[in-house]
Amino acid sequence: MASLTIRNLNKSFGSTAVLKGIDLEVKTGEFVVLVGPSGCGKSTLLAMIAGLESVSSGEIRIGERVVNGVPPKDRDIAMVFQSYALYPTMTVRANITFGMESRGVPKQAQAEALARVAGLLQIESLLGRKPSQLSGGQRQRVAMGRALVRDPALFLFDEPLSNLDAKLRVEMRTEIKKLYQRLNKTTIYVTHDQVEAMTLASRIAVMHQGRLQQFAEPRTVYDRPANMFVAGFMGSPPMNFLPAQIAVSGPAAVVIAESEGQAMRLPLPDKVVASAGEGRRVILGIRPENLTRYDRRRTEEKPYLGTIQAPVEVVEPTGAETITIVRIGSREVIALFEPDAAPAVGETVTLAVDMAKVCLFDPETEMLI
Amino acid sequence: MADAAAYDPLGAAGTWRRNRAKLVVYALLSLFALYYLLPLGVVVLNSFRDLPDISRNGLIGLPHSFSLEYWSAAWNKFCVGGTCLGIEPFFFNSVAMVVPATIISTAIGSINGYVLSKWRFTGSETLFGLMTLGVFMPGQMVLLPWARVLGWLGLTNSTSGLVLIHCVQGLSFTTLFFRNYYVNIPDDLIKAARIDGAGFWRIFRKIVLPLSPPIMIVTVIWQFTNIWNEFLFAVIFSSGTHQPITAALIALSAGGTSVHQYNIESAAVLIAALPPLLVYFFGGRYFLRGLTQGAIK
Repeated sequence: MASLTIRNLNKSFGSTAVLKGIDLEVKTGEFVVLVGPSGCGKSTLLAMIAGLESVSSGEIRIGERVVNGVPPKDRDIAMVFQSYALYPTMTVRANITFGMESRGVPKQAQAEALARVAGLLQIESLLGRKPSQLSGGQRQRVAMGRALVRDPALFLFDEPLSNLDAKLRVEMRTEIKKLYQRLNKTTIYVTHDQVEAMTLASRIAVMHQGRLQQFAEPRTVYDRPANMFVAGFMGSPPMNFLPAQIAVSGPAAVVIAESEGQAMRLPLPDKVVASAGEGRRVILGIRPENLTRYDRRRTEEKPYLGTIQAPVEVVEPTGAETITIVRIGSREVIALFEPDAAPAVGETVTLAVDMAKVCLFDPETEMLI
Repeated sequence: MADAAAYDPLGAAGTWRRNRAKLVVYALLSLFALYYLLPLGVVVLNSFRDLPDISRNGLIGLPHSFSLEYWSAAWNKFCVGGTCLGIEPFFFNSVAMVVPATIISTAIGSINGYVLSKWRFTGSETLFGLMTLGVFMPGQMVLLPWARVLGWLGLTNSTSGLVLIHCVQGLSFTTLFFRNYYVNIPDDLIKAARIDGAGFWRIFRKIVLPLSPPIMIVTVIWQFTNIWNEFLFAVIFSSGTHQPITAALIALSAGGTSVHQYNIESAAVLIAALPPLLVYFFGGRYFLRGLTQGAIK
């Protein structure tokens, strides 16, 4: 069953179109993350779902009901804001019960709901405080409490973690995930952080320039990105792109990457050639973790392993892995090394490319082949 | 006052130079304070002196006699414009004008500011711009229109007429104050409240108003003192027993027939000035705080 259905949704501010033909169907109990760079329209989309922005054209359904003209309070939603938006003059208790009071929920039921949520989020000791007396993480909890107390059809989160410092953000992310696993409530979550998207989502909707680029499970978005924008946006460090051409060399299909002087021949899985066609120009997309130091022992596990010789330009150890920037032709390419196997600057390394995991894109349309 | 231990420019040299510098600064400041307070001092002293003393020793001088009777005469015996009731009735005319005018103009300004900052509509910014034009509009420009309007409404020479004028004339200021204060209230608060099911008035009462005391105090003080001290409309649109105290005060000097009763006049002037002085005295620090406070976290 679908909790949220969006059909051909458009939004313009004056002559500027900010959302163009969005289609989205969220199943009950799903955690959908809207992700994209700033200005992609994700927050506008969320505001439209909440009823805080009007719909220019198209349709939004919550459950079976079209809610285009329905005011926010009647949409059966709850929202957590980036700024938390706690009412500054009210105590935590009053913040959480304000909505129930507005809707005329009986006092007894209010007290029960408050107790349930306060217990769930472990904020019982904070109930008498004002928002100004809370830390960032506590405010975040209270903001979630205010949403959870409603038990709505849809939870909306608008970049709830971006005001927290890095460490707290990771903690709260885990907490949101735990909470979701306990409650299994349909959730729409907006973020610009692709790590949050990958870690939290049951499905990710990647947006760019007002259009939905891809809507799929995190694994699919990461491994089979629909186009070069998604490929470049999801993943850190980002995917490398190399112009290349498909060819057949002897029994095996290869892709020839263009590089100054040297032609690199990298083996391709046969099915790729079948679908793409020989001689076609492509963009080769290689994730940094699939580009690492060549190791003869590994070759047996991975049937489509290509090798590239490249000089090392920059080495950036992060502790867990070492980000290495090498030069292939005129391009800088990012490879990931294990810290023990990290190269030195100036050294020419032999890199192994796991060709079973590369993506090919059409150079004209930038779409995945 | 944020940081008492901040850098003290007068304390940054040797002891002698430091003391000398302080001496110069304090002497200058005292001189200016004296200069500003002198007129008030003269009037206060004169309100306690008897007439022969004043005529013998001039307007500026220390009292040779001391009496409170001139205050009581000024309050309810002195003759103003033919009636000998002192300035008491005019004082209460002013009260009857300033209290409703302040409350109404502040209340409407607050609602205007709320709408213009949190419920914007097409053209609301233009409307706000036009409203603030009133801030720069000289009072004499609107005298004739007001005369017509008061005539139509049958409010000529009445306290209600002055209340109406001050409410309308004050709206530019009160709207400007509240709108600029409310702009700093995060929009997310309003959105959160809308999702929580609160409507226009409930959001105003439960969220916006509780955040308003600083600007409320600023506006009330501003309106109270301006309306109380206002002279032009008071003189033009009221006469006889309907005059507010500022208009009645000219009758003191325009008596013409007898000698000036400087002591009673001084007392009357002081009584007339007392309410704004008290408002500043008790509300002044809130006024400054409200004006400088950014707003809301």
